[in-house]
Amino acid sequence: MSLYNTRLSDNLLNKKLNLISPSGIRKFFDILFSLDGVVSLGIGEPDFITPRHIRDAATYALEKGYTMYSSNYGLIEIRQELARHLKSHYDVNYEAEHELLITVGTSQGLDLALRAIINPGDEIIIPDPCYVAYSPCIVLAGGVPVPVLTSIENDFSIKASDIEKHITNRTKSILIGYPSNPTGAIVSVEELSKIAELANKYNLLVISDEIYSRLVYGVKHTCFSSISGIKDKTILLGGFSKSYAMTGWRIGYIAANRRFIEAMTRIHQYTMLCAPIMVQMAAIEALKNGEEDIGMMVKEYDKRRRLLVNGLNSIGLNCFEPSGAFYTFPSIKTTGMTSDEFSERLLIEEKVAVIPGSAFGSGGEGFVRCSYATPLTNIEKALDRMRKFVTKYNRG
Amino acid sequence: MKNILKLLENNARLSNTHIAKKLGISINKVDEVIKKAEDDRIILKYTTIVDWAKLDNEKIWALIEVRLTPQQDIGFDSLAERIYSFSHVYSAYLVSGTYDLAIIIRGETMQEISNFVTNKLAPIEEVQSTVTHFLLRRYKDSGELLEGTEQDKRLPVTL
Repeated sequence: MSLYNTRLSDNLLNKKLNLISPSGIRKFFDILFSLDGVVSLGIGEPDFITPRHIRDAATYALEKGYTMYSSNYGLIEIRQELARHLKSHYDVNYEAEHELLITVGTSQGLDLALRAIINPGDEIIIPDPCYVAYSPCIVLAGGVPVPVLTSIENDFSIKASDIEKHITNRTKSILIGYPSNPTGAIVSVEELSKIAELANKYNLLVISDEIYSRLVYGVKHTCFSSISGIKDKTILLGGFSKSYAMTGWRIGYIAANRRFIEAMTRIHQYTMLCAPIMVQMAAIEALKNGEEDIGMMVKEYDKRRRLLVNGLNSIGLNCFEPSGAFYTFPSIKTTGMTSDEFSERLLIEEKVAVIPGSAFGSGGEGFVRCSYATPLTNIEKALDRMRKFVTKYNRG
Repeated sequence: MKNILKLLENNARLSNTHIAKKLGISINKVDEVIKKAEDDRIILKYTTIVDWAKLDNEKIWALIEVRLTPQQDIGFDSLAERIYSFSHVYSAYLVSGTYDLAIIIRGETMQEISNFVTNKLAPIEEVQSTVTHFLLRRYKDSGELLEGTEQDKRLPVTL
């Protein structure tokens, strides 16, 4: 058994770590590196590289000698640009001086938000399946994740009525992330409004992770805090990674009521200080001049999305049409395999990498995540191989 | 028609079945459009881009700038025809700027190209001057990188 599957029983370590399961995909790495010619639909980041003008902005920042700390909150210029951006795209008003905090990726934003609000034992409601970091970050912050099952019958969109069933007197917050990694699902404005009503009714905070907000197809993204009467209870998480193909830069932001921003900055100033300044300067360029790039990438993702969804359905892997992010979430139930077994055998037998749905929560069992952040030719190749695989094992 | 031509321009070996599937139209329609495009010489020919250097058999290419004296009434066209009719001429373009005709010549040896310029091209009365640029290295041809596309630097699976 490899190291990462063993319990961390050492007294010198934090016992909480035993509550966090190791990454569900480590074993795929081992198999992957032993194979040649794998086509991967298992990648959770854009295949585009950061647009040239954004990279140039960072290079130029370095040449000019921007190598120092910035304000804990981030450069005022990026916060001003961001405030404009949020206003123009989502019609939400955030004050650059007090209501925005620049973070090292949306991941740090998530961690800050949870640490700033959780007292030991507080319950945080999350969708199941959901992004892999939600549950561990809640646990590390001393909270208790409460998964709310979503299903293919509702296109994996969370229902306010299901959330309400899980609210207890320990519930502190609802953490949602739409468009969703892993399902590509979105939530309608009507349902978001119902969630907002719940939050007001039970006095809960809503953490809304909108990292994929710019990657939507044929629909308009609704920012959670744009729903009337909920802005002050919302901690909005956003980032540059997916929209501008900037994953490796590690830059994101939090938008929230001044009280929460102050609380989160109190943690941020001692644990991180600030996001790298040259990266902030690249992000300013992205906000100012990156619209065309997003348009181009969305157009390309959309083509791939249609090819992959149609292809998966045509080979008998039932798949709803996802409206956001760059993932499809087909059912593999007709093969009679678990999603883990399916993914491992597909990789070994046909050299196609997908991610087992179970890695994203028990609600993902019976499904796999296929990413279309890869060129059309790869998707075609993967579909051919998957057709062969499914034909071999389909039990109808 | 444009969509079909765009696909073929990138890969002339795509089957009509594949094109039909990709564009969500019938195979008959694709057959019909391609046939018409061929008949109307909208599709000129199907060709292959070969990296001869890999076989140590790279041809010698030269870009020649040609300055011409225009002829009364007919301008450059008949002169151009006289020049592009030589079998050595691979492509020929009338251009704006300091010279008139840009021609691309392909040959087996530098000597062959040199002979073409001195024996065929320069003696033409209306040719005022020529400047021959031998191509040293081909980086990109018809949108294709000779070195191949950059490989994916991402981790093969990420959550």
